Amino acid sequence: MAARAPTARASFGLKAATVAVLLFLHLPLTVIILFAFTTEDAAFRFPPPGLTVNWFGVAWQRADIWAALSLSLRVAALTALAALVLGTLAAAAVHRSRFFGRETVSFLVILPIALPGIITGIALRSAISLLGIPFSVWTIVIGHATFCVVVVYNNVLARFRRTAYSQVEASMDLGASPFQTFRYIVLPSIATALLAGGMLAFALSFDEIIVTTFTAGQQETLPIWIFNQLTKPRQRPVTNIAALFVIAGTFIPILLAHRMTQGTVEAGRAGR
Amino acid sequence: MASGVTRPGAEPARERASTSAVRFSHVSRAFGDVQAVDDVSLDIDDGEFFSLLGPSGSGKTTCLRLIAGFDHPTAGTIELHGVEVSGVPPYERDVNTVFQDYALFPHMTVGENIAYGLMIKRVPGAEREVRGREMLELVRLPGMADRRPAQLSGGQRQRVALARALINRPRVLLLDEPLGALDLKLRQQMQVELKAIQRAVGITFIYVTHDQEEALTMSDRLAVMNNGRIDQVGTPADVYEHPATGFVAGFVGVSNLVSGETARALTGLPATFTIRPEKILIREPGASVTDGMCWADGRVRDVVYLGAHTRYWVELDAGGELVITQQNVESTSMDVLAARDRRVRLVWHRLHNRPVETMG
Amino acid sequence: MSAAAAPTRRLSIYLYRRPALALILLLAPPLLWLGVVYLGSLFALILQSFFTLDSFTGQVVRKLTLANYRDLFVASNIDIIVRTASMAAAVTVAAAGVAFPISYYMARYATPRVRALLYLGVLLPLWSSYLVRVYSWKLILAREGVLNWTLVQMRLDGVLNWLLSLPVIGGPSLSVSRLGMFVVFLYVWLPYMILPIEAALERVPESLLEASADLGARPRETFRRVVLPLAFPGVVAGSLFTFSLTLGDFVVPYALGNSALFIGQAVLAFQGTAANVPLAAAFTVVPMVIMAVYLTIARRTGAFEAL
Repeated sequence: MAARAPTARASFGLKAATVAVLLFLHLPLTVIILFAFTTEDAAFRFPPPGLTVNWFGVAWQRADIWAALSLSLRVAALTALAALVLGTLAAAAVHRSRFFGRETVSFLVILPIALPGIITGIALRSAISLLGIPFSVWTIVIGHATFCVVVVYNNVLARFRRTAYSQVEASMDLGASPFQTFRYIVLPSIATALLAGGMLAFALSFDEIIVTTFTAGQQETLPIWIFNQLTKPRQRPVTNIAALFVIAGTFIPILLAHRMTQGTVEAGRAGR
Repeated sequence: MASGVTRPGAEPARERASTSAVRFSHVSRAFGDVQAVDDVSLDIDDGEFFSLLGPSGSGKTTCLRLIAGFDHPTAGTIELHGVEVSGVPPYERDVNTVFQDYALFPHMTVGENIAYGLMIKRVPGAEREVRGREMLELVRLPGMADRRPAQLSGGQRQRVALARALINRPRVLLLDEPLGALDLKLRQQMQVELKAIQRAVGITFIYVTHDQEEALTMSDRLAVMNNGRIDQVGTPADVYEHPATGFVAGFVGVSNLVSGETARALTGLPATFTIRPEKILIREPGASVTDGMCWADGRVRDVVYLGAHTRYWVELDAGGELVITQQNVESTSMDVLAARDRRVRLVWHRLHNRPVETMG
Repeated sequence: MSAAAAPTRRLSIYLYRRPALALILLLAPPLLWLGVVYLGSLFALILQSFFTLDSFTGQVVRKLTLANYRDLFVASNIDIIVRTASMAAAVTVAAAGVAFPISYYMARYATPRVRALLYLGVLLPLWSSYLVRVYSWKLILAREGVLNWTLVQMRLDGVLNWLLSLPVIGGPSLSVSRLGMFVVFLYVWLPYMILPIEAALERVPESLLEASADLGARPRETFRRVVLPLAFPGVVAGSLFTFSLTLGDFVVPYALGNSALFIGQAVLAFQGTAANVPLAAAFTVVPMVIMAVYLTIARRTGAFEAL
């Protein structure tokens, strides 16, 4: 270990370890991207015998991929909507009032994402079958929304805390009812937090596999489709292309959310 | 003294119902065990500039919030122009507030901020613009309508907050330590402007501050608050010349509080009284004393030169200490500082001794 | 002042006088959803773990019994639990070891700008799909994949073959072996270990290290006696994630494992094809209990502040 003077430089070993870990973290994804273009059918031989964009065309033709993609998009959008409403209501209640169960609400909101996915998954599945509700898009959305509420809740609550409450009072003092105050004063101030939270919820839902396995019926979201392909080597490059879509569908919203909240740690919680 | 109110400086009940802008009747506000406002009764007249003066935690801001409607009293009633307002939310009261942190809406321009109240009331855009411009003229910020609050200085923001409140023509305007964040020169300038605006617009101003000089400068009447209670209500001259309690004497201006043995030695009676530092004259030891004057011998313990005047601390032979303030009419700093450790005789008119109760 | 009051305005005034009601209205939707739906189903699940499945009729017998929990102690089931728990432990320890250097560098040596970049670098993989990241390793670990090719270039393929021949952790190929699973688990959870450790290390004031040096300790001792204990809560916080995530996962075992099931797969299998929800429920209670115990121990080490 290097000498501990305040301006000391790190030892070579430490720097090398840091670089190695970074490479370890990033190389696998580049591999997927590379193998989306390989000419070889089984798609893992390295070095790839050749590069092509044909597989994009093949994927385009696959009806099952399209179905899965559109389902994932729909579910993610609905989830984001539900999470936005529930998360904002909860954050508003917790921020405004001092009431008995305040910490309980925070705990309750974070529980679905803190507990392992199989627990949430099987709990919801048995509850759904117990109530006799058929498995459908809506049951998937219910599952996703439950653990997505927390990302909206955290973002909106943090923004509430950063905004001076005197503005709300000033608005009411000037004659605006709470509804008008929400529309003219509160909403503009939490707009980017809402967007960021919504994006994170979208990304979380788009990528989700564990809970979805339990709460979906015959429907296939894109992750489920990929999951089913995991042990089937047929047309691997097509799977890689689907994987590219999933990467894009998770990475881009999170990047946008990160930009909007200027890189708070909330964005980091998204990667499950 | 009317009702159960025993505070020496509290107002006797007056026949002012017809012109009362704000009336507190035995209002209390408790937060758990803490009484932020303790049995306060108050009558503020229409059109007057009324100040609530007191140190932090004395309950003055709480009183303001009770008037605005952001808080409910735990006891007592509040009337605005004769109407009880306990169930009326802030957006239904004919009262506007200038907040301590100005609370300007950052995502709106200055013009939109000022016209906000009118916009809520669905006043058409053209009229909003005209009245907005009028307001900007009134607070001496012409042409700033398109700026954003972030681009303004503290003093400018304060004036925008004022304009935003005044444009709604409320019958009562509440101001919560609005000049606190400004430097001294700007503050003094704004005090004059606020007073002028109040006279021009003619509405009731209720002004909260901890700066006694500010309160004395601007108010028609003021209330001194201490620990949630009102110690005294009166005109600035009343409160300064005839402090009702030791607290008021000490808080409003500098004062000497003399009690016990020292009081007996100086006046023959052990009753507590206050004497203002500027009323005491410093003479040579052994100087003659005419009838009707109090006197005491002592030694100058410390001297502080304050430019326009000098402050002396004199240890009395009779025990205790008095603070004296003198204008530097002819003496220089060298002269006054040489007074340290000198023996002196203090002389003042007996009339200036103000008896007080030693509460607070 | 006001014109004819709009209905929303009248509602606001009504609620102004009843602040408790306003709060209830605000909280009702999220609380209903999370409290009733989610908590309710959790309780229903735990309750189900005390029921049994009648193997003849295929119906759930609603009689309270500990039969499922007894079944857990059957050798094959114990195997599953032990297998999963030991993998979780191995991954946790390895993750702590791998994460520490980079966390240390970020906390103590990186300039603020570099630290922000490194932070982003650690977060970036988390922003890309978890499933795809697991899938990518199938390609990398395949018999003729990237890793194999690299090892051949470095003439280390003999080592790989030897590793693969080992019992328990070996297998026909890295992409179907316990060893491979270990690597993938390590990969996916690593950022969850790096971030809390980094946060804990950042909180160690420079002055403590200087004081230690001033009192005569050499750098190695300072590290062992000052830095490590203070970083420990961060390690525990990170281990909460790696342990719990490994305990419940079925994706990695499914992708890279064989017929030796892990808890997650067992739960999926039992409630799926076997339709034995009670037994599956009992299985899910296992990670819950393990994590509950872990959490109470962890709270005492102060790990919650490091989160």
